[in-house]
Amino acid sequence: MQPLTTEQIRAVIARGKLRDNLFKALGIFCLAFALLVIVALIADMAIKGSERFTLDFFMNFASRRATQAGILSAWVGSLLVMLVTALAAVPLGVAAGLYLEEYAKRNWLTHIIEVNISNLAAVPSIVYGLLALGIFVYQFGFGQSILSAGLTLALLILPIIIVSTREAIRAIPAMIREGSMAVGATRWQTCRYHIIPYAMPGILTGVIIGLARAIGETAPIITIGALTFIAFLPPAPFTGEPPAGLFDWVFAPFTVMPIQIFNWTSRPDPAFEVNAAAAGFVLMAMVLSMNAVAIYLRYKMRKNIKW
Amino acid sequence: MNSSAMSANHPSDLPVVSDRLAKNAMRNVSERLIEGLLLAAAAVSVLTTVGIVYVLVSESIHFFQQVSIVDFLTDTQWTPLFDDAHFGIMVLVSGTVVSSLVALAVAVPMGTIIAIYLSEFADSRVREVAKPILELLGGIPTIVFGYFALLVVTPILQVILPELPGFSLLSAGLVMGIMIVPYIASLSEDAMRAVPMSLREGAYAMGSTRLYTALHVVVPAAFSGLAASYILAISRAVGETMILAVAAGMQPNLTWNPMEPAATITSYIVQVALGDLPHGSIGYLTIFAAGLTLLLITLVFNILGQWLRAKFRENY
Amino acid sequence: MQIHDNPPLKAEARNLNFYYGEAKALKNINMPIYDKKVTALIGPSGCGKSTYLRSFNRMHDLYPGNRYEGEIRFFPDNTNLLAPEVDPIEVRMRVGMVFQKPNPFPKSIFENVAYGLRVRGENNKRVLDDKVENALRGAAIWEEVKDRLQEQAPNLSGGQQQRLCIARALATDPELLLFDEPTSALDPIATAAIEELVHELKKRVTILIVTHNMQQAARVSDYTAYMFLGEMLEFGKTDEIFIKPKDKRTEDYITGRMG
Repeated sequence: MQPLTTEQIRAVIARGKLRDNLFKALGIFCLAFALLVIVALIADMAIKGSERFTLDFFMNFASRRATQAGILSAWVGSLLVMLVTALAAVPLGVAAGLYLEEYAKRNWLTHIIEVNISNLAAVPSIVYGLLALGIFVYQFGFGQSILSAGLTLALLILPIIIVSTREAIRAIPAMIREGSMAVGATRWQTCRYHIIPYAMPGILTGVIIGLARAIGETAPIITIGALTFIAFLPPAPFTGEPPAGLFDWVFAPFTVMPIQIFNWTSRPDPAFEVNAAAAGFVLMAMVLSMNAVAIYLRYKMRKNIKW
Repeated sequence: MNSSAMSANHPSDLPVVSDRLAKNAMRNVSERLIEGLLLAAAAVSVLTTVGIVYVLVSESIHFFQQVSIVDFLTDTQWTPLFDDAHFGIMVLVSGTVVSSLVALAVAVPMGTIIAIYLSEFADSRVREVAKPILELLGGIPTIVFGYFALLVVTPILQVILPELPGFSLLSAGLVMGIMIVPYIASLSEDAMRAVPMSLREGAYAMGSTRLYTALHVVVPAAFSGLAASYILAISRAVGETMILAVAAGMQPNLTWNPMEPAATITSYIVQVALGDLPHGSIGYLTIFAAGLTLLLITLVFNILGQWLRAKFRENY
Repeated sequence: MQIHDNPPLKAEARNLNFYYGEAKALKNINMPIYDKKVTALIGPSGCGKSTYLRSFNRMHDLYPGNRYEGEIRFFPDNTNLLAPEVDPIEVRMRVGMVFQKPNPFPKSIFENVAYGLRVRGENNKRVLDDKVENALRGAAIWEEVKDRLQEQAPNLSGGQQQRLCIARALATDPELLLFDEPTSALDPIATAAIEELVHELKKRVTILIVTHNMQQAARVSDYTAYMFLGEMLEFGKTDEIFIKPKDKRTEDYITGRMG
């Protein structure tokens, strides 16, 4: 009932501050643990895989002998799949983002589209694989090919590209749009000559982040039947007999980096662990550098843009 | 060129718009065309959803023509390729549930602590370092996490728990949990930052410390936002494939014990896809039934999570 | 220094300067706060009255880049509230604050009022029940909420929420109660209730109130300080300031010629 004495108040405060500091330590510990995991992961792959970091590794096909097995088909496959993914996802995603920001009215159709986009972002990637299996591989008859894989991944990263396009467009001040309309430009002309160019850095960042995600995706590609042991390359793009031969590569069987890693990781033979580690390291390096480029772009963009 | 000729004596002589101002019909057509194309691009997302639903449902219908739904839901064995085939989805669901619970047991505390720390305690320098770490963690391909779980974490765990088998839900679940930490941390931090400063000032003005304010005022105020992040994390855990395919073994096993290997809905689909099942066979159809189950489960959590998030945004 | 016909001091600002980073927001403030009296701070927007008020409970310490110079002496122990060795949390346990926009915690009415007590380590149910009732009576809201103490506080009306916030501040028996424009977000009826409350409360606690509404200052306060551009231009008994201001700038503000 008496008001607390100064000593009692100070004791209470001291206890509170102790708890504050304990929690701060806990918070930092958790962050440090996260960092530790990243470091342990990268270090393990670098160290275990170190003996494979030779040019041969990059230029060899997979093989039953671990020391001779390389990632040639895998990284070439990844590159080609990324190419198809980008070619499909970028126009679709940018166009969709443009439509939603510049043209769409607030009606039920727009609402349905937006709900779909946010739902699709949360669908497990393997479900995309099932979609691709049923529709691209069999229904459309694209088969177990780079085309199917690229289209599947394109659908997977479409929400990422749409969202970054929309954000990039939203950052453009209204007065630019108004200025363009005021001199008589049509909506499309405004988009083509003003909106898209100004939004480009933001869009590009989103595309790179999307591709960084896509390059690491395994489940959908396995599902559509990418083979795990490929000892050949798809035909080089555009080298076959025109017109159909130009696109032979798109329908060829293939493999990608994550699947090669999966294949090697799953083998009981410890010699392949080395390969898996090395390939994992290469994949991490690819993903990290893409993310680094995206971050750098974002940073430069924030500095340079002066409306 | 007709100029605006106005003759007040003839009411039928309406002012004529000059050619240059008249709407150019061609331009209109091309504008409409472009808008149509853009709309089509936006509609691809709707088509994708339709496609997913169509594929899963139509193949599942074929599946359920051969297997009763009751059996599917209640059978305790999953042996689709045996002569005496059983199709009890519970077997796969148990693997999914156990691994997700393990993952959440790691991710929820760790993610929430990090979120509280970043939102209520950390200064901007710490945040500048922490954000990239978390983004990095979130950007690691899941196959690499799978490698980590099988070849690094499992051996370490086997030192502490010698009876742990080479494949286990525990190992995969723990790594999956670490993978989800950035997701929970960033969504929860956003929720806490949305709590207005005036609420915190009211608490500090009463003499409370940072932790007391964080736990007694900010966290309760942000609660539905936090709940949303946990639920969306569940959805993420349930849908995860590669970590489980690599590190938990792909042996269907009805168990609630994390120290055993087991297949999940997702890793089963991978296993089938790695094999060679004829298109249209019952084995082939099982992956679509499993996929439909997966979609329904994640859909429930996604809708719940989005709803909670919207409710939270209303308040702040 | 106390003049004999002035009541005892509760606090005194001496040569107080305050900086938001590089910007000087308070310039050499010297001002007494008399015990168990209501002192009002008036002045046009941006004159520093809230900044000055928030120095009394070290709210500025929550944000980086702020700096105090000078002293706020607190009696009877004559401590300088702004001294770096003085713990801001301890200051905040002696000085209470009511904010411009009511900010009840997302808890029950009871728990809101009990918050300060629990912070001080008081968890005895009987003591809490007693003090909470006391505080709610002191804030003239007991009759309205006594049957629904477990209801969520944010469900109350704006005026009720503000009175709840006053009860919350009262529950810990503060020595000085700070009001930062407490009625600017409320309707006239709720405003009148709060003003009457302030009049009652000064019997138990010293009050410092910031208000942008001159009539309010004239109604509730015993002493008034007029601030302008970070300086305290004039201080005196409310009657004197409003009837016969000494400084022309004060007169301009009061008569509405400026501000």
